[in-house]
Amino acid sequence: MTQVELLQGSDAVAQAALAAGCRFFSGYPMLPFTGLLESFSRRLPSVGGVCMNAASEIEAANMALGASTAGARSATGSTGQGVALMQETVAEAALSQIPLVIFTMARGQQDYFQCTRGGGWGDYRTLTLAPKDTAEAVEHTQLLFHLADKYRAPMILLGDYLIGDTMMSVDVAPRDYGPLPAKDWVLDPTRNGTRETHVLWTFDTGKVNRPGLRPDKHWRRVAERFDEIARVEPRHESYLIDDAEYVVVSYGTSGPFVDYVVDELRADGIRVGSFRPVTLWPFPEAALEAATANCRKVLVFEINAGQMIDDVRLSVTDRSKVSFIGGVSVDYSGMRQGTMLDVAAIRERVMAHIG
Amino acid sequence: MATTSTVGPDIPATKIGSSLAPLQLTMDHPLCPGCGHPVAFRILFEAIAELGIEKRVLGTVGHGCYTLIASIADIEFVQCLHGRSPAVATGIKRVQPDAVVLSCQGDGDMVSEGLHEILHAGGRGEKITCLMLNNGVFGDTGGQMTGATVVGQRTKTSIEGRDPDLHGYPIPVASLLAQLPGVAYVARGAVNNAGSIAQTKKMLKAAFETQMRGEGMSFVEILTMCPTGWFVPAPSGPNYLNETMEQQFPIGVLKGA
Amino acid sequence: MSSVLTRGTVTIDVDRCKGCDLCIDACRPGVLAMSTGVNGNGYHYPELEPGCTACKACFDVCPDFVFEVYRYTVPVEIPQ
Repeated sequence: MTQVELLQGSDAVAQAALAAGCRFFSGYPMLPFTGLLESFSRRLPSVGGVCMNAASEIEAANMALGASTAGARSATGSTGQGVALMQETVAEAALSQIPLVIFTMARGQQDYFQCTRGGGWGDYRTLTLAPKDTAEAVEHTQLLFHLADKYRAPMILLGDYLIGDTMMSVDVAPRDYGPLPAKDWVLDPTRNGTRETHVLWTFDTGKVNRPGLRPDKHWRRVAERFDEIARVEPRHESYLIDDAEYVVVSYGTSGPFVDYVVDELRADGIRVGSFRPVTLWPFPEAALEAATANCRKVLVFEINAGQMIDDVRLSVTDRSKVSFIGGVSVDYSGMRQGTMLDVAAIRERVMAHIG
Repeated sequence: MATTSTVGPDIPATKIGSSLAPLQLTMDHPLCPGCGHPVAFRILFEAIAELGIEKRVLGTVGHGCYTLIASIADIEFVQCLHGRSPAVATGIKRVQPDAVVLSCQGDGDMVSEGLHEILHAGGRGEKITCLMLNNGVFGDTGGQMTGATVVGQRTKTSIEGRDPDLHGYPIPVASLLAQLPGVAYVARGAVNNAGSIAQTKKMLKAAFETQMRGEGMSFVEILTMCPTGWFVPAPSGPNYLNETMEQQFPIGVLKGA
Repeated sequence: MSSVLTRGTVTIDVDRCKGCDLCIDACRPGVLAMSTGVNGNGYHYPELEPGCTACKACFDVCPDFVFEVYRYTVPVEIPQ
């Protein structure tokens, strides 16, 4: 079954979230996330859901966390500056094992570190999907709600201005990713008085009659969960890498621009290919290592001062092959990608390393 | 080990006070001698049982000595980040509107870290019951000043006593909340004597009833003793509460039923 | 020997007591007094004298759930 609609990116993402069963959203306005908040605000009531315009990002994140403990598929979000305020709450969700989807609608590409390293406390990781366009964002949105429930963890969709503001024909029909375990950890007041009640907390101390694992064992268990995600969930997309002498690595909305340049250069006889991590964490290390084993150069294009390049250097066997061809580039407002996100600009940067 | 320490003969009697309250998993706890929190816990459990809402309550709790309630209560709980309990409670109530949602915080958690969250929950009129266990001190971290510490009160960060010139004045959250249209019930009780304890239990019941009628946020502040944080001997706790905190934060119903 | 009308009694969990003394002040008929001995944790604990009125004030104020309170069906005179 398909349901193709011409939608603005933010609206498509909201629609996809509802199709995935999201019934609670809370957020605080901040560009370019605001369109998503407004879309949820329009759409959620019609499916019996709740959208709350919180009074701060911290409040938004905690409302969404609460809604998740009560059993709803729940989400929040902001742009990088706003998600910065939510870091403690994200860590809390990770270490308490509470599912939560976070829509980081970034200003440009300067939030790679925030997503992959995180700014909270403790041993936790945040699975991050970085779609290349609205169609992929729609698919990733639905997948994230599934994965968040599967692993009981907070997870990020890293979108941006381009995705939020571009209109595209997308299929927003619900997707089925398979069965999930029953949500028996959710708060249930009918358990009160049975001596089998739960308390959700990062330290897992539990109740006096049913102690939890307590921090040492609990945080080990949480770390093992993230190890499992690292083994099972890396995703990537590669294009024309089998015989490539030069591999250009990029993520998110830079991807289609890079692929356009790859096609142009291939027409000129240059053996160039591209690699795009789809999960920023877990970074597809093994796939990138294999994809770059036989090439001469690995050129990293990202619109920032160099963030993903750290993970590229960790993955590629011979680090000396890796060069940075990106850079900081923002428009006059400081909120959108600047002139570097352009095929002519990218082509020139790639060509500087050819030969 | 229980010892029957009585001078009466064995004759027909009715038990009118049971040491284990309903929904209480244990009577053992590590709180200080003379701490007021366990008294507040007991009347909270009794209020829930007397209203017959045991199977409807969901709790959120902040960080402090009172966080113990989450582990000794046979009630489903979420332990929250410092200050954020009303926001988490909001999410829970919006998703399970038939639950009776209780958010428990101390004065440090609510008036210092969480002032934003409690005021906005009140502004929105969230149909939750918010509790502040107010002993005017960050007891769990050793006894520092909070946003509710009263003028003259000695703490580790106001060792000569809170001085308005240096430390300003406490913020009366109950009075602020009472001004908000979304807040339907505001009361302040205390657990330093039997009369106030009985009055405070009635306030808790009125607060829950306000929630169940869907009238908006209900708020109960309970002044509790912290002799350790106050640098007084345990037996002096109730008088200290009466002579300092109650003078600046009088008990009574400020708004509603 | 005189006697006093007693309306109830209490059981006292001696080992749970932390010696805070709040029950002594709360007791309306004044029939609780702290012991001379100490419990296993080194605290003095309350002991009951005749004349309890089953008012429950001790139960109400005790932070350590030490008391259980009984009201006699018929008050009795207990020798002091």
